[in-house]
Amino acid sequence: MEFFKAKDLLSYLQENLKESILDSRLETRTAGVKKEEFHNIWLEVKREKFRDAVKLLMGLQYPHIAIIAGNDTGEKIELVYLFSLFYGEKFKEISINLKVSLEREKPSIESITDLIPGAQTTEREIKEMFGVDFVGLPDMRNIFLPEDFPKDIFPFRKEQKGLDELVQKES
Amino acid sequence: MSVSTYKIPIGPIHPSLAEPMTFNFEISGERIQSVDLAPGDNHRGIEFMGRNRNVVQIIYLAERICGICSASHPFAFCRAVENAAGIEVPPRAEYIRVIISELERIHSHILWAGIAAEELGFNSVLYLSWKVREEVLDLLEMLTGNRINYGMFMIGGVRRDILAEQVPKIRETLQYYKDAYQTLEDVFLKDPSIALRTKNVGIMTYEDALHLASVGPTARASGVKKDVRQDQPYSAYADMDIKAITPDIYSGEVNGDVYDRIIVRILEVFQSVQIIEYCINNLPEGEILSEPKIVKLLGTLKKAKGEGVGRHEAPRGEVIHYIKLNESENPEVWKARAPTYNNLMSWLPMLQMQEIADIPIVIASIDPCIGCMDRVTLVDPGSNKKQVLTREELVKLSIEKTRRMVR
Repeated sequence: MEFFKAKDLLSYLQENLKESILDSRLETRTAGVKKEEFHNIWLEVKREKFRDAVKLLMGLQYPHIAIIAGNDTGEKIELVYLFSLFYGEKFKEISINLKVSLEREKPSIESITDLIPGAQTTEREIKEMFGVDFVGLPDMRNIFLPEDFPKDIFPFRKEQKGLDELVQKES
Repeated sequence: MSVSTYKIPIGPIHPSLAEPMTFNFEISGERIQSVDLAPGDNHRGIEFMGRNRNVVQIIYLAERICGICSASHPFAFCRAVENAAGIEVPPRAEYIRVIISELERIHSHILWAGIAAEELGFNSVLYLSWKVREEVLDLLEMLTGNRINYGMFMIGGVRRDILAEQVPKIRETLQYYKDAYQTLEDVFLKDPSIALRTKNVGIMTYEDALHLASVGPTARASGVKKDVRQDQPYSAYADMDIKAITPDIYSGEVNGDVYDRIIVRILEVFQSVQIIEYCINNLPEGEILSEPKIVKLLGTLKKAKGEGVGRHEAPRGEVIHYIKLNESENPEVWKARAPTYNNLMSWLPMLQMQEIADIPIVIASIDPCIGCMDRVTLVDPGSNKKQVLTREELVKLSIEKTRRMVR
């Protein structure tokens, strides 16, 4: 297996995804007394091309998905998929944070659980907390919220202010 | 011929599990056919609470995500904020951070070893390992003031220094653990009855570990050489040569069973001892905080804008925090991920075709955070008969199996 350098990886992704990349940033940080470098890649891609981006990563090494972080900005639902690639040797690993913006009214994106089964827990969490529809997600039940939780309330959206309001609505 | 199955729900209060959680088992005879997981009974909405707090207040919230990983979450959180705001941490603080985290790993792994022994029915081994664990808790108390929830981490450094007069006690404790290695190896790795109960039990293959995004000792026991301290070193780890520990180092082969998970954790205890020794010998002089005035630090952070990711290899695997600062009092997004979250799915292949009596040790083998089990209900749909097993009865089943095998 070939280990990519961070800037080569970024240009590889840029070549293959071209104008589907809305924003890209290579971040270099240092660690330890010797100030050795490590890298994070931040990439924003178009929703339609998101799966292609994940497939590209899969062609290099089986990517490790840590989690999806969700953010309701009030206009959009932003998802940041935290991936890492090239584990196994010192300083070779690169963090790749793929960002994708979804319509707030009817947020929907293709599931990647067929590519990476380990993404199921986090997709289910984002589904119930932000109301994002993951097309192709095999298990649509709630994971952290109870099964009888109201279907139209998404606790991590901006309009939710906390438990009190939820309790009042229910009683 | 159709195979008739019956269901066993375990939980929400259940055998040695991270959070109260329900397992619904489909059983045929003595073997598990399938399992369905239903977590969520302990969802506290900590990230939601973080929306009403500033970043310095969130450190203390992050510390309380888990009582055992109480250095790991603030470590990852502080790294995320430092990444977002571009704060450099003084070298001395980096080394102190690593010392505290590695001491935590020692206590966590030995705690786990004791719990695993109890699940198998060796209560004397539980007492022995927890006696060994006491030493590191005493040391942590001396260094930080607390046995858990150390309150050491601050954005841009640590809150307390390690003094010259504390170093001899640290060395003494490290020597204690070096001496204890032989005991732990004899008890956990050379004992034939522990080997009988754990070898070829709860197997997860290399492919499963990779595809299910497993982390920590759970992944390494299946041969995935993944360890943040090795792959993307940070703090003092960058100055050392750390190798991810896989069971073949000890036994020459990787089976991905419960026994391999014991090997990885026992070896990691002594890897931690070496790391702390290196840190003590090479502890740089200097400041421990990049900005000692917390009010000034908060002022800077309230003007900061940007996203950051902080990763740390906790005892159970990678902890990752994501933060988005947006020039405001409170962060716009804070997402925390504990290792057990990723390891949840690992239970599915591990529990497949296992016996009921092996459920406790297989569930415990990924080292989920808190251990507590109340009852197990056995439901036979044919006769509609309902039978409730208490924690004692399930553990008794497990102990009886050990006795049978040892005999």
